[in-house]
Amino acid sequence: MRDVSIVGIGQTPVGEHWDKSLRELACQALLAAMQNAGVEHIDALYVGNMLSGELTAQEHLGALIADFAGLRGIEAVKIEAACGSGAAALRVGYMAVASGLCDVVACLGVEKMTDHQSSTVTSALAMAADAEYEALQGLTFVSINALLMRRYMHEYGYRKEDFANFAINAHANAVNNPYAMFRSPITAAQFAEAKPIADPINLLDSSPIADGAACVILAPTSIAKEFTDKPVRVRSVAIATDSLAVHDRRDPLYLEGGALSAQKAYAMAGVGPADIDLFEVHDAFTIMSALSLEAAGFAPRGHGVRLAMEGEIRLDGRIPITTMGGLKARGHPVGATGMYQIVEVAQQLRGEAGLNQVEHAQLGMAQNIGGSGATVVTTILERI
Amino acid sequence: MEVARYWRTTKQRYQLLGEKCPQCGRRIFPPRDVCPICGHEARAPIKFSGRGEVYSYSVVHAAPEGYEKFVPYIVALVRLAEGPLVTAQLTDVDESEVRIGMPVEMVTRVLREDGERGMLVYSYKFRPALPVGERASQSDALPAHVPLPKANGVHRELLPQAAIP
Repeated sequence: MRDVSIVGIGQTPVGEHWDKSLRELACQALLAAMQNAGVEHIDALYVGNMLSGELTAQEHLGALIADFAGLRGIEAVKIEAACGSGAAALRVGYMAVASGLCDVVACLGVEKMTDHQSSTVTSALAMAADAEYEALQGLTFVSINALLMRRYMHEYGYRKEDFANFAINAHANAVNNPYAMFRSPITAAQFAEAKPIADPINLLDSSPIADGAACVILAPTSIAKEFTDKPVRVRSVAIATDSLAVHDRRDPLYLEGGALSAQKAYAMAGVGPADIDLFEVHDAFTIMSALSLEAAGFAPRGHGVRLAMEGEIRLDGRIPITTMGGLKARGHPVGATGMYQIVEVAQQLRGEAGLNQVEHAQLGMAQNIGGSGATVVTTILERI
Repeated sequence: MEVARYWRTTKQRYQLLGEKCPQCGRRIFPPRDVCPICGHEARAPIKFSGRGEVYSYSVVHAAPEGYEKFVPYIVALVRLAEGPLVTAQLTDVDESEVRIGMPVEMVTRVLREDGERGMLVYSYKFRPALPVGERASQSDALPAHVPLPKANGVHRELLPQAAIP
């Protein structure tokens, strides 16, 4: 198996792009990444996307985007794993290059969500849950997370305001990210007064619906310096699964898929949580940040929130998270989110994170979560 | 509206019919024919008592399509007396009265409707458990308590009557 590196990155700003279609967003990120890597041709394109069929009446994204990016003829397919689609596309691209079947590939994440009214998007997102036994009962993704958060608070004795620092940290970091959707800081008082949307979850616990696309170019590490001075090595990218429905889990408050994928990623990279310098968590809701930190081994069970309360998640803390704004403030274009995380970890390891630069960042990790934890992709990247 | 899709799961939704694993004895709901714990084939049907307690709950204000007219509604994870968790709505109760650990029992109610002339989908919901003396018997729990928002006969006929316990 060959060693694989990221040799180019590209992204569009995250936001409500009423003037841009799905294909335009995708091509913008793809061409930016190709330009960044200095390549005019790629062997294959893997497109992470969740909802193009439902929200844009467009499937078959691989061929579409390849064609509109001027790459007609190449291998190109869509990869779907709900909100985990973006990093799942990285896994497929990684396998293609590591195996030797392809040399230079693009892994893209794209989502276009803001053309629709919220009930349509709510229904579409619920497709990541069990259609017959969760969504049919009228559950939304917000309410599934609310069920987890209420039980977590009940079991471990937290109050709602204890989760505030996840959102405050994300917004503080988004201020310095030109690609982020919400570039304004928030305060604990604003968090406490935020509109409830599914108690105990309020508006500031939740990430926003958004449009966006992000992309990386992969190549064998042995030739990575031909493309860039700052290649970022893919130490591991691992996918694990759990039951689609929360009610089918052995313990709803433990992301078994998250733990499995993190363990696989650590084993493949030969490192542990103590070696990781920054961690992009899947903070679709504040409760998911806590559960992800616990599943990935950064906190014992029930202590994920404590890391936020004690400031350990800040840029200068023990384990900085959501360093460019996270899903909460950079925005959550669902199928693109996993690729934004990868691009942001790469920015940190290339020393291109600007005012948000984590000092001496050598190893960065991202955990991209599909649904309420049924698909989890953990990626570990290294500066070389 | 795909009638067959809903028809396939009426036994689960009307009768809380699940399965028991012959290998490890685990009670399984919803049925899946393979034990999620030991991997053994598990097709022996069992009917759950419908009694349990609230594991967690929340309220939906922004509903998906087809559920808008029911908002706000309470959703919950209910720990059934036999072991499994089930995702369901709570009914006949105000949000302020719901507590984690509250005993509940299953009833059958309208879950969603597909427009003015579309199909009504019925399912289990859970309500606060009544004291034993007041508990509705199986025979009068259904369908007398089932509210039909538009009881115009057409909807009733769409219900597979034989499947109602």
